[in-house]
Amino acid sequence: MKELSLNILDLVQNSIKARASHVEIRLEETVETLSFAVIDDGCGMNEDMLNRVTDPFYTTRTTRQVGLGIPFVKMQAEMTGGYLNISSRPSALYKTRHGTVLKALFYKNHIDFTPPGDMVSTIMTLIQGNPTIHFVFFHTRPQGDVFLDTHQIQQVLGDIPLNQFEVLTWIHSDLQQQYAKQSNMI
Amino acid sequence: MKSLAELAKIREQMRDKISLREGSNSTRIVVGMATCGIAAGARPVLNAFVEEISKEGLAATVTVTQTGCIGICQYEPVVEVFESGKEKVTYVKMTADRAKRVVAEHIKGGKIVSEYTIGNTKA
Repeated sequence: MKELSLNILDLVQNSIKARASHVEIRLEETVETLSFAVIDDGCGMNEDMLNRVTDPFYTTRTTRQVGLGIPFVKMQAEMTGGYLNISSRPSALYKTRHGTVLKALFYKNHIDFTPPGDMVSTIMTLIQGNPTIHFVFFHTRPQGDVFLDTHQIQQVLGDIPLNQFEVLTWIHSDLQQQYAKQSNMI
Repeated sequence: MKSLAELAKIREQMRDKISLREGSNSTRIVVGMATCGIAAGARPVLNAFVEEISKEGLAATVTVTQTGCIGICQYEPVVEVFESGKEKVTYVKMTADRAKRVVAEHIKGGKIVSEYTIGNTKA
């Protein structure tokens, strides 16, 4: 993938398929590293599946036999000297607090580092396609933080769905304002 | 955060429109959003459709949705158009610009942009 934001869009599709109702996306940047975590409350995975998800020849999809989402991220992280790890509490074993946490760390100064890219578009795309999922987004950066919680927005909107164009436009400019304001502070 | 007051204003403006939008959808535009689609550029295609449909005032009758892998990854980004009473149209190797043309000519004008359809494209 050309941007990490595209990998993140792709990884969250796994959370959606795991029937998550709450998905948290956390990006943390220091001067040297970028890490991100996708945390969901979906059905989780058992140990066997967890051991196989980084294998490109493992997939839950039925249209073909290859699943490249997680292997791509693992490769991109390791190429910079970083890592990917996944932990999970399957709902089959845990009635409460089930779900999956995927974390990847990248070294930004490595020549093979994939830039974060357009996170705003990724968040917009996720909300557009999944207006009933509660998304929380944090991007912690040396130059200042960006934050979005769709639950807060939904409370103001009442019964108006989040994927109405007017609402998406508001979210888009809200996030862009947060990104722009903080880059001026460097 | 931007002002929540602005958001509340949007809610007031949307109230009447929403009831109008519900139930009257007759056309569905479906964008493939699996690994293959995303890597090939489905994100800007999706966002272009969402924007154009709203700009052209078609939101009352057209919905834009996302789906997983359709199984023809070499043709991604793939977009399927379902219109009630008509055969499904599959557009392949889509871009944001192509999406704009599909909205103007097919969705609005009723004429399929046949050069972008799967039958007329090499893998």
